[in-house]
Amino acid sequence: MPAPVVDVGVPQRAARTRSRVPLRSAAVWQRLVSPLVIVVVWQVAGTAGLLPEQLLASPVKVLTTAAGLVEEGVLPEAIAVSLQRAAIGFTLGAVAGVGLALVAGLSRIGENAVDPPLQMLRALPLFGLIPLFILWFGIGETPKVALVALGVAFPLYLNTFSGIRGVDGRLAEVARVLRLSRTETVTHIVLPGALAQTLVGLRQSLGVAWLALIVAEQINADAGLGHMINDAREFLRTDVIVVGLIVYAILGLLTDALVRLLERRALSWRQSFLSR
Amino acid sequence: MATELPVTLTPSRTTIPLRAAAPVAVVRGLTRSFGERRVLDGVDLEIGRGEFVALLGPSGSGKSTLLRVLAGLDPGAEGEVEVGGTAAVAFQEPRLVPWKRVLANVALGLRAPDPRAAALAALEEVGLGALRDAWPLTLSGGEAQRASLARALVREPGLLLLDEPFSALDALTRITIHRLVLDLWARHRPGILLVTHDVDEAMLLADRVLVLDGGAIAHESRIELPRPRHRDHPEIIALRSTLLDRLGVTPEGTA
Ligand SMILES: Nc1ncnc2c1ncn2[C@@H]1O[C@H](COP(=O)(O)OP(=O)(O)OP(=O)(O)O)[C@@H](O)[C@H]1O
Ligand SMILES: [Mg+2]
Repeated sequence: MPAPVVDVGVPQRAARTRSRVPLRSAAVWQRLVSPLVIVVVWQVAGTAGLLPEQLLASPVKVLTTAAGLVEEGVLPEAIAVSLQRAAIGFTLGAVAGVGLALVAGLSRIGENAVDPPLQMLRALPLFGLIPLFILWFGIGETPKVALVALGVAFPLYLNTFSGIRGVDGRLAEVARVLRLSRTETVTHIVLPGALAQTLVGLRQSLGVAWLALIVAEQINADAGLGHMINDAREFLRTDVIVVGLIVYAILGLLTDALVRLLERRALSWRQSFLSR
Repeated sequence: MATELPVTLTPSRTTIPLRAAAPVAVVRGLTRSFGERRVLDGVDLEIGRGEFVALLGPSGSGKSTLLRVLAGLDPGAEGEVEVGGTAAVAFQEPRLVPWKRVLANVALGLRAPDPRAAALAALEEVGLGALRDAWPLTLSGGEAQRASLARALVREPGLLLLDEPFSALDALTRITIHRLVLDLWARHRPGILLVTHDVDEAMLLADRVLVLDGGAIAHESRIELPRPRHRDHPEIIALRSTLLDRLGVTPEGTA
């Protein structure tokens, strides 16, 4: 009996992915070679005394220092403080950015009220505001959180707004033909349609958030990763500085991965199309 | 309302409910201009309850414009438009909402006691029950068009507006979907206005074939033949050359 057409497609598809896996992992191994070489050369240069520790500590030294910092509780505490700043700043900025984008995106009046001042503010350099922030908020937590919040708000505002405005007008007609209420149109058509662009804004804003945090923590901090790094500088502890940098990098990568996961979940309707 | 959603337009067409015996749509003296150009210039049209009307016309003659007025999508038209009951539309592109699965698309905005059950029944009817959980972007052209038909029909419309919904389909799929449309029409009996470029499609399906030209209905033919009809029926052959002639095409071999 001839197999139904549908059944034939499945093993074929599986076979195709199976043959692709070894290829891909081979490529991954190849790409690991040069970073490993760099780390080895770095280590050898350190051990041979070619790279003095005051300039750059060796990888092994960095690792042992990291372990020590974790053991003493210094690193976890610093991470907790920095993460909290990032989280508060991000939440405030995201609420403001998305909220203002909804106001501007869903009504002309809102757009005319909200968009011009935001476009004006957008032209200001974020880090140029630091002196003003210090004057306004002092040197405590507030200016740091405010800087992160401001950095987060703009990419989210701009992307969500353009996402809302970019929703296919033909789908808006569908909403009318199906007699959707205004609320239904917004929840079923406008917001899901804007989501992809909002997620692009989310990734941008997370990048800005970490950058703003790092800059803000450099200026003055009595706790957190920036404080740990600044302290280390005074004692020429390049190992601690490198640990701090690596932690910043890992945190950035983690949040980015989180957004990617979110994207894959929320935009699965598009994913299924792309992977076909 | 102080704030108006820019992407939606409030329907400004006045819809006057018609009495049960009356036609499902009445259009009198309808004009529509875009700038200086008057695309529709005094269109008169009646569609009876349960009547299948096909609308032909040269490209740019205003067929889609007329259909959009009937669908309540064009607030800029002048004249008298009355639509009894609800109107539902299937567009040339299926216009499924891409982030809603097929079943949710059909159930979208449906005011029924059990929208999902009603939507599922409609999907079964167009032969798409198995694909209810598929994403619209993974559907074939014919499947998407059937989903779009289900979404329109599940609303039990008094008037079903079809704007060249089959023109992008291959010939075989089109034949199947013609059967499906006749089937659904026989069962639900909506009034249908089918805009098409295909003279044969119009003649095989409709009770009445109209030609829109020069901004008004320029020709009307009534077809009493029982369905299914055949392309080589003498009456169809005769009507084909009349219509092609009316559309400004000289039919090959019949002149
Ligand atoms: N929103 C609009 N603004 C300006 N002109 C328009 C608009 N909509 C339609 N027109 C014009 O009106 C005329 C009729 O358009 P319409 O889409 O109704 O034609 P049609 O008969 O459906 O053509 P086709 O068979 O090619 O689909 C065209 O010349 C078109 O350019
Ligand atoms: Mg058209």
